[in-house]
Amino acid sequence: MTLLEIEGVGRRFATGTEALRDASLTIAAGDFVALLGPSGCGKSTLLRLIAGLDAPDSGALRWGDGAGMAAGEIGFVFQDATLLPWATAAENVWLPLRLRGVSREAAHDAVWAALGRVGLAGFEGARPRELSGGMRMRVSIARALVGRPRLLLMDEPFAALDEFTRHGLQDDMLALWRDVGCTVVFVTHSIYEASFLARRIVVMTPRPGRIAAEISSALAPEAATRFSPGYAALVGEVTGVLRQAMAVGQGA
Amino acid sequence: MSRWPPTIAGLVGLAVWQGAVWATGVPAYLVPGPVAIVHAFLAAPALLLGSLVSTLVVTFTALGVATGLGVGMAVAITASRWARAAIQPWAVALQVTPIVAIAPLIIAWVGDPFAALVACAVIVAFFPIFSNTAIGLASPPAELLDLFRLNGAGGWATLRLLRLPAALPYFLAGLRISGGLALVGAVVAEFVAGAGGFASGLAYRILESGYRLQIPRMFAALVLLSAAGIAIDATLSGVGRVLLRRRGGA
Repeated sequence: MTLLEIEGVGRRFATGTEALRDASLTIAAGDFVALLGPSGCGKSTLLRLIAGLDAPDSGALRWGDGAGMAAGEIGFVFQDATLLPWATAAENVWLPLRLRGVSREAAHDAVWAALGRVGLAGFEGARPRELSGGMRMRVSIARALVGRPRLLLMDEPFAALDEFTRHGLQDDMLALWRDVGCTVVFVTHSIYEASFLARRIVVMTPRPGRIAAEISSALAPEAATRFSPGYAALVGEVTGVLRQAMAVGQGA
Repeated sequence: MSRWPPTIAGLVGLAVWQGAVWATGVPAYLVPGPVAIVHAFLAAPALLLGSLVSTLVVTFTALGVATGLGVGMAVAITASRWARAAIQPWAVALQVTPIVAIAPLIIAWVGDPFAALVACAVIVAFFPIFSNTAIGLASPPAELLDLFRLNGAGGWATLRLLRLPAALPYFLAGLRISGGLALVGAVVAEFVAGAGGFASGLAYRILESGYRLQIPRMFAALVLLSAAGIAIDATLSGVGRVLLRRRGGA
């Protein structure tokens, strides 16, 4: 079932920068899509268009059910954890529910469960500054998941973390995706990350961003995949496609 | 440890001052020594403390009004671009106008002397609270504002749950500056108003003692004034620390 169809979307900013040109993409419900491309290729712009935080200049976004997303049906994880520094982990996770009028008591179970799912049971009362960078990102993911969103948008969420922490979060991300069953659109500039996580890898050209190619992955969504020959082969394939996309971008 | 250096330095300074006054025999109406100043205070403690209270009432009334106005206007310019364009230049104009120059006008215009003194002190104390709070209200990162939008938060929820809490440390820093300025504003206004004004504050005592050549009493009033300033600053910074610690982070 199609969740979202993006048709020939273009976006030029007031500064004159053309971030996206004629980008088309179909996102199926339940899919895990990685938007892969170099810095400044319009990946984040595309994500913001999907979230409804920005509007396209040309083209259109069509939701499969014809209605679109209501407030809270989209979870968003940013590159920084962007937690409220004065609030506890539990209060931060409560925030999206609170904004929709759910009381602290009514949200309690969902908040505790969300923190448990990201491996932070016992840290409900901790403040962001008492947590490591990886733990803060986990709180941020719990915050995005607590409202049971239909669509989870992630904008290079692990880019600022160290390699070990990143691997741990990637493994957990796959488990979460299998358990929660929501659609994920994941922006990254890491070939390894896109190849490991995504069911579908969408390669974008340098600015103005266009969709250069789509690669499907048949790898098992589990931690062991990192050591499989199939993973190495996929990384090789994606690297080749990305190189071509870069050349196209420079030729344009 | 941290308390001792200023205490010792102060005591040494007082001793040198008193010693110099004794050694040179300079008359008390030119430079009174610390002992003479203490005597002057003990001769009329109720008078001086009454004046202190009078000045402090003006100061804290002004600080309260400045807090309300400053925070209110900071919220207004954060919420509306129109309000920002309308308010900002006038706030700056008010800030750069010397209070000594406009105090006579205000005292002439505002009939009630207490209200006139408060108005002068508000004008001086308003800007740091207004300016700092406005910066604090604009401080949340764009991502957090996006997150609020994604979850359907309106302007009021964003203000209450994001902008105001984010502005708290900025506001407290502004409040601390404004506390000292409110005292300065109150004293300046009392000076300008002179005998025609409220006729009971510490500045009035300083003027009066000067006219009567009661220089030790004038110094005693001065000492009370700076002690009050230090106490206001310490109180406001203490309140700020407790508030920030109680909520668990800046």
